[in-house]
Amino acid sequence: MRYESPQTVEAAAALLAGEEGLARVLAGGTDLLVQMRSGMVEPDLIVDVKNIPSMTSIVEENGGYRIGAAVPSAEMNEHKGLCALWPGVMEGADLIGSTQVQGRATMIGNLCNCGPAADSVPGMVAANAIATIVGPNGRRDVPVIDIPVAPGKSTLTKGELVESVFLPARPKRAGDAYLRFIPRTEMDIAVVGVGVSLELDGDGVCTHARVGLGAVAIKVLLVEDAAKALIGTKVDDAALEKVAAATSAACKPIDDKRGTIEFRTKVAGVLATRAAKIALERANARASNGGEK
Amino acid sequence: MARNPDADNAPVKKEIESPTSKYDAEKASSFKVVGSRPARPDGMDKVTGRARFGADMVMPGQLVGLILRSPHPHAVIKSIDSSEAEALSGVKAVVTRDDFAPNDDHADVLYNIMAREKALYEGHAVAAVAATSRPVARKALKLIKIDYDILPHVTDVDEAMSPNAPVLHDDIITKGVNPAPTKPSNVVARSEFGHGDIDAGFAQADEIIERSFKTAATHQGYIEPHACVANVGADGMSELWCCTQGHFHVRQVCASLLGIDVSRLRVTASEIGGGFGGKTTVFIEPVALALSRKAGRPVKIAMTRDEVFKASGPTASSSMNVKIGVTKDGRITAGYGEFRYQGGAFAGAPADFGAMSAFACYALDNVKTEAYDVVTNRPKGAAYRAPGAPMSVYAVESVVDELAARIGMDPIDLRLKNAAKEGARSSYGPKFGSCGLVETLEAAKAHPHYSASLGPNQGRGIASGFWFNFGGETCSNLNINADGTVTIAVGTPDIGGSRASMCIMAAEELGIPYDKVRAIVADTSALGYNDTTEGSRVTFSSGMAVIKASQQAVTEMCKRAAMMWDIPAEAVTWEDGCAKPSGPNAGDFEPLSLAEIAATAGKTGGPIAGHHEYNADGAGVSFGTHIVDTEVDPETGKVDIIRYTVIQDAGKAIHPDYVEGQFQGGAAQGIGWALNEEYIYGDDGKLQNAGFLDYRMPVASDLPMIDTVIVEVPNPGHPYGVRGVGETGIVPPLAAIANGVSAAAGVRMTELPMSPPRVLKAIDDAKVAAE
Ligand SMILES: Cc1cc2nc3c(=O)[nH]c(=O)nc-3n(C[C@H](O)[C@H](O)[C@H](O)COP(=O)(O)OP(=O)(O)OC[C@H]3O[C@@H](n4cnc5c(N)ncnc54)[C@H](O)[C@@H]3O)c2cc1C
Repeated sequence: MRYESPQTVEAAAALLAGEEGLARVLAGGTDLLVQMRSGMVEPDLIVDVKNIPSMTSIVEENGGYRIGAAVPSAEMNEHKGLCALWPGVMEGADLIGSTQVQGRATMIGNLCNCGPAADSVPGMVAANAIATIVGPNGRRDVPVIDIPVAPGKSTLTKGELVESVFLPARPKRAGDAYLRFIPRTEMDIAVVGVGVSLELDGDGVCTHARVGLGAVAIKVLLVEDAAKALIGTKVDDAALEKVAAATSAACKPIDDKRGTIEFRTKVAGVLATRAAKIALERANARASNGGEK
Repeated sequence: MARNPDADNAPVKKEIESPTSKYDAEKASSFKVVGSRPARPDGMDKVTGRARFGADMVMPGQLVGLILRSPHPHAVIKSIDSSEAEALSGVKAVVTRDDFAPNDDHADVLYNIMAREKALYEGHAVAAVAATSRPVARKALKLIKIDYDILPHVTDVDEAMSPNAPVLHDDIITKGVNPAPTKPSNVVARSEFGHGDIDAGFAQADEIIERSFKTAATHQGYIEPHACVANVGADGMSELWCCTQGHFHVRQVCASLLGIDVSRLRVTASEIGGGFGGKTTVFIEPVALALSRKAGRPVKIAMTRDEVFKASGPTASSSMNVKIGVTKDGRITAGYGEFRYQGGAFAGAPADFGAMSAFACYALDNVKTEAYDVVTNRPKGAAYRAPGAPMSVYAVESVVDELAARIGMDPIDLRLKNAAKEGARSSYGPKFGSCGLVETLEAAKAHPHYSASLGPNQGRGIASGFWFNFGGETCSNLNINADGTVTIAVGTPDIGGSRASMCIMAAEELGIPYDKVRAIVADTSALGYNDTTEGSRVTFSSGMAVIKASQQAVTEMCKRAAMMWDIPAEAVTWEDGCAKPSGPNAGDFEPLSLAEIAATAGKTGGPIAGHHEYNADGAGVSFGTHIVDTEVDPETGKVDIIRYTVIQDAGKAIHPDYVEGQFQGGAAQGIGWALNEEYIYGDDGKLQNAGFLDYRMPVASDLPMIDTVIVEVPNPGHPYGVRGVGETGIVPPLAAIANGVSAAAGVRMTELPMSPPRVLKAIDDAKVAAE
């Protein structure tokens, strides 16, 4: 096994493209190293991306933020601007593992591992985060929702890696939230995870909404019917009831050691309404704060 | 009470207890060191990482040992071909069933550590290799070819008892059934306990409740996986380093399985990262020894967590029926229970202990319990803290709780009215001696927790529990060093702070400060036989041996002082760490301290020491009562433990911190068992959750601060009044939490764990039923 630690994203892409055997990007390693230790993957080449400046920085861009793909959760959650603009995305990343794990774990590692229960992904999907991918054929921008395909399988092609993820600017009255259900309080895997992002007009009517749903299908889902149930309403109880129903209807879960189909389907709806309420509160609080970050 | 998990299955039933020693009330009224809370001697090593656990030993030339395990839950092993593995460069030994001779004394242990004609559960060891590196060893495992003939399997206890279940062993003919069955089955034994006439008792009852309960198998969840290093010399002289609760037992079993003299095997117990009963037997140790013998080099085997779950010894799952009758004014007229436990692929599910302890908290005229020990295609069970009792007590205490509500009586009052006390005949046979159940119930009632108000969706549960406790074979040495310090050697591995307690008791007897005394766990060649650290026996039994050894040393020191003063030995007494003339007639001498006597010991007859070896009896039962507040999220079924109080009789708390630690640990493990921990099997007979991600033990943030109250009703069978405290603490939580959750959810929970899907379904089903 070879270990490389390039200085540029292009060099990283070239290394990945040039490897004949199995190549793996190493970000925080909190998935990869565990999988290697258990014998699940045996890479021939490991490309550590933590020495690439464009992948390890958080930069303000057009009122939003571009986050390097190797920035760990702990660093993002210490960034005041990010936490004020996209608290729901940040709380998803802040739920990963423990304090120790968060010192390493990245959102993009979480995304590219392609686990349906990845905690930072529903929030990114609700935020319509855009990933910048670099490969042998240059750069391309792809919505986060389009990257995972199935557990361990993504739409990235040979030689490609994610360089950064972009979280856009927001209007004044906007908020997001992520909630997951686990039987314990931490160090657990989501049985259901829901991210909700809302934008409201001056009268408190929802103008834009996105709902991301994790752990209830082969990959993280975008629940368009739940968003439709919110848009045009004041996010009242009647709307929330519809959100719950739409979210439950979108679930395609399995019965397994983590929960029954019946349980996951019901709890998905419960979490969607709870997350929407938190997103609403945050939007209103932010608006009364003058839209300050 | 303890049971050697590898030997006989009949629990000891004794009509009269004959304590080895008597409570010394006068001494107990003036303790100087006992009851203090000094730092534990092993604490610094453990927090700095200097402590050496099972996997920390390295021997020169050491090989890596790995075990090949059956992927099938039940299969005939037609053939094993290890020739390719043996030919691989770097492989130094391969062992299979052919490397172990049949053994009548430990037949089941032998079958469990290395499968013979059949693999009986997923994870059953079928071969092992020793190689120069882990990658080579891994590769070698893949080269071993096993031809399996796959058989139908069964993992559920009720299914295993049904007449058309696949039968694991053709030599199991149910014991305790008259007439004896003619055909083999999975039911190892039926046993029965109790007295009186339950039919007559039920006829007197105003209210009767009968319910069925189930509990899942749980694992002790010790943080340290099993690990050992074995080193067999060319001359057959062997050493074994391992993490165990009982290195003397390990020596005995391993020597027998390898066919060597006990004197040729020296076993050293490492520091231990938790055991809770699960390290009272052997799994990898005989395999490492066999590999080392074949390879001629030391071999280390360390289990992975996956192996710990699949191939060490969890506790039983259970299926139970309980029926209790009560009069309107709260007198229990009869109690009946049937307890069906599966303990994995071999005999030994602690159903009998469950049946014996189920009603132990009550003084009943009419009580009957029946127990069934059942085998299934799961790993061979091992002891887990009060083996068998938490489940049966969960069933009984749930019904008692429901009866209290039915007759409108406070659940503590109902228990007080029927409580077991001194002189009462226990539900399992003997009469109780002095014991403290009533005191724990009264303390619970008076505790502010019991009267605190509850919020919405919250419910309070209470339950009591009991454990027998055990004494057993014990032996220890105490050496007075020339500088006035003292060293103690005990043969019982320290799993709960016992070295600190040993030092406290020696300091108390000798009249010297705690930090002048050091205790070690000696290896098997340094001391006589010691029973395993189990049955909550160590502070009681090893403690008493240390007290007696100290007294022997004191007698010797008085003799030496007498010699120095040239007066008769009887004219010398021991007080405050010094020899003194016993009165004015004895002469006028300045007291001689322990250090002064020790300094000149060379001139008065040589080194001074004490020792004591005996079979301890009179362990004294321990009762406890727990109060818990739970909150249930009615939309998700998630349960939070809001507040928890443990009240338990310790007899006398030698080191109160470690007594409280045992109480808290029992409650914490009980919370896991009640809420989320379970062995989950698929239809394929394979364990679905062999890791800490999906085997959900509570993490620190899941638990509230667990409050404790130490009740002290002295054990008449110990000079200081000590009762074992290690096990009782896990007995009430399952029931207490189930009672709390049932109150909060508004529906009776009859199956553990009360995981969110199960609780939510119960709530939703109850809603549908109400409509
Ligand atoms: C104890 C523990 C607890 C955990 N708890 C949680 C939890 O609560 N919730 C949760 O969702 N996850 C959890 N995880 C899983 C893991 O921590 C997360 O998925 C984490 O976000 C992975 O990020 P990483 O940077 O460590 O990824 P890595 O392990 O470095 O990489 C993960 C995968 O993504 C690929 N990859 C990484 N970066 C890129 C890139 N820039 N471009 C292309 N491919 C890339 C890697 O090749 C690898 O296949 C836990 C893990 C552990 C060990």
